[in-house]
Amino acid sequence: MAYIIKGETGDWEIVIGLEVHAQVISNAKLFSGAATLFGAEPNTQVSFVDAGFPGMLPVINEVCVEQAVRTGLGLRARINLTSVFARKNYFYADLPQGYQISQFDLPIVGEGELILDLPDGSTRTVGIERLHLEQDAGKSIHDMHPSKSFIDLNRSGVALMEIVSKPDLRSPEEAGLYLTKLRSILRYLGTCDGNMQEGSMRCDANVSVRPVGSTELRTRCEIKNVNSIRFVQQAIEYEARRHIDVYESGGEIRQETRLFDSVKGETRSMRSKEHAHDYRYFPDPDLLPLVIGQDFVDAIKAGLPELPDAKKARFMAEYGLNAYDAGVLVAERVSADFFETVAKGRDAKIACNWVMGDFFAALNATGKTIEDPPVSAADLGQLIDLIKDGTLSGRLAKDVFALMVGTGKAPAVLVEEKGMKQVTDSSAIEAAVDAVIAANPDKTQQVRDGKTALLGWFTGQVMKATQGKANPAMVNEMLSKKIVG
Amino acid sequence: MSLDKATVRNIANLARIEVRDEELDHLAGELSNILHFVEQLAEVDTDGIQPMTAVAALTLPMRADAVTDGGYPDQVLANAPEAEEGFFTVPKVVE
Repeated sequence: MAYIIKGETGDWEIVIGLEVHAQVISNAKLFSGAATLFGAEPNTQVSFVDAGFPGMLPVINEVCVEQAVRTGLGLRARINLTSVFARKNYFYADLPQGYQISQFDLPIVGEGELILDLPDGSTRTVGIERLHLEQDAGKSIHDMHPSKSFIDLNRSGVALMEIVSKPDLRSPEEAGLYLTKLRSILRYLGTCDGNMQEGSMRCDANVSVRPVGSTELRTRCEIKNVNSIRFVQQAIEYEARRHIDVYESGGEIRQETRLFDSVKGETRSMRSKEHAHDYRYFPDPDLLPLVIGQDFVDAIKAGLPELPDAKKARFMAEYGLNAYDAGVLVAERVSADFFETVAKGRDAKIACNWVMGDFFAALNATGKTIEDPPVSAADLGQLIDLIKDGTLSGRLAKDVFALMVGTGKAPAVLVEEKGMKQVTDSSAIEAAVDAVIAANPDKTQQVRDGKTALLGWFTGQVMKATQGKANPAMVNEMLSKKIVG
Repeated sequence: MSLDKATVRNIANLARIEVRDEELDHLAGELSNILHFVEQLAEVDTDGIQPMTAVAALTLPMRADAVTDGGYPDQVLANAPEAEEGFFTVPKVVE
């Protein structure tokens, strides 16, 4: 479904491109040997290189290069065996060098693609323009003093991958799906933890609008550093509406950098960045071109894990899952692994229903994560086995599952302790069925007169009389035989 | 290529160098002279020649991903005009 905004002069569509800054997972920084851990005491993870001291020389970290290549391969992108670092010049209090070492003309990764999984199970391919390596800046803290900003350089020099999409996204929802999918791929690859709260994944959105049917690209505005997927979507929605209002009242959009105010839900101009687009890039004279061999790339390629798209396709082919279920399960590697443990050697659709249904509900209810689940994959598998071998009915299994969440005990143990074994002894069930029929002659007659819908009520009564332990299939069969004949 | 006063003023502003108006003419002349000097290189035919990035045929050396530096906040802050509680402090910069 195309996302269209109704204006006074006609219908409009949004054109969105996203720039994601993803912090590379590495022990040391991009060009120095200082640590990258989050949350350390201020300025304790800073080398003289990171602090921009005179005469210090940057030396590139091999693992950061590997991570960028790995991410490029995960995005099915072209890897540039020769890339060049450039200086992006601007002044800010948390940028001690007065420039950021980045890549401009020749990034390490070129064009690639990312597949969006839409809620209806279909997919859409979005182009990746490039991925380049660059240094992060330090951190400014503005609320520790009435007239001063405090600067911590621990983050200064940490490696970032800037991942730029093509202007292929057409709705806030697609922007959200793009970020979700990108984060999923980064986590599978182990190249970025994707944590937006801690700032290890940050997003800038480039937004413009155009009349539906037009292919022009109008002036765009860049919304900086939005720190959650929901806010990115809100910011895009607000910004698109603003553009339409400006155009429809006869105005023009000025290319500018804007800031999203999540409290007011609006974007506003960042005046200080008016001149900032003049970055005067030039090749960094401290760094030679980065040249990697095809063997370096091939070795990384050989070690890539199975990625979400491939896993989703396999789950659909191997387990017969639908696109939606497969998409949900593979979004996180741990949930995919959990499902596979449960499904191994069992009916995959039943396993899927339990994981997506009761298990995910239990995660929500207990506030636990799948890394520390309220019920282990092995125990859930065992529960499914108990249904299969007739020990538990589906209904009893749900009760046992609830007890498993509460106690952490294995299902077989609970069945034993609580005597929850399903009754499949036909004489015991028959006794219960006879008793219910004998106690309700009127209703029995009504069924015989054709009101067969009442049979369900009888089943309920028998189940109640047996504390839910009777095998429901046997109860149904016996009831219809005895009443209807 | 010659630079006019407005361009020189903009370059000075981007570089955060304070230049008085009466210096602009002189600087524009000096900078233009430098550009003219370098422009002589344009007389050489460089079609099909890759830009040279270094005199010696070297590639970028790489470093292992190990923590070997940092842990000396006192030295990092030693030259700071102002510091407090382990942070550099500067006049408030906030939108």
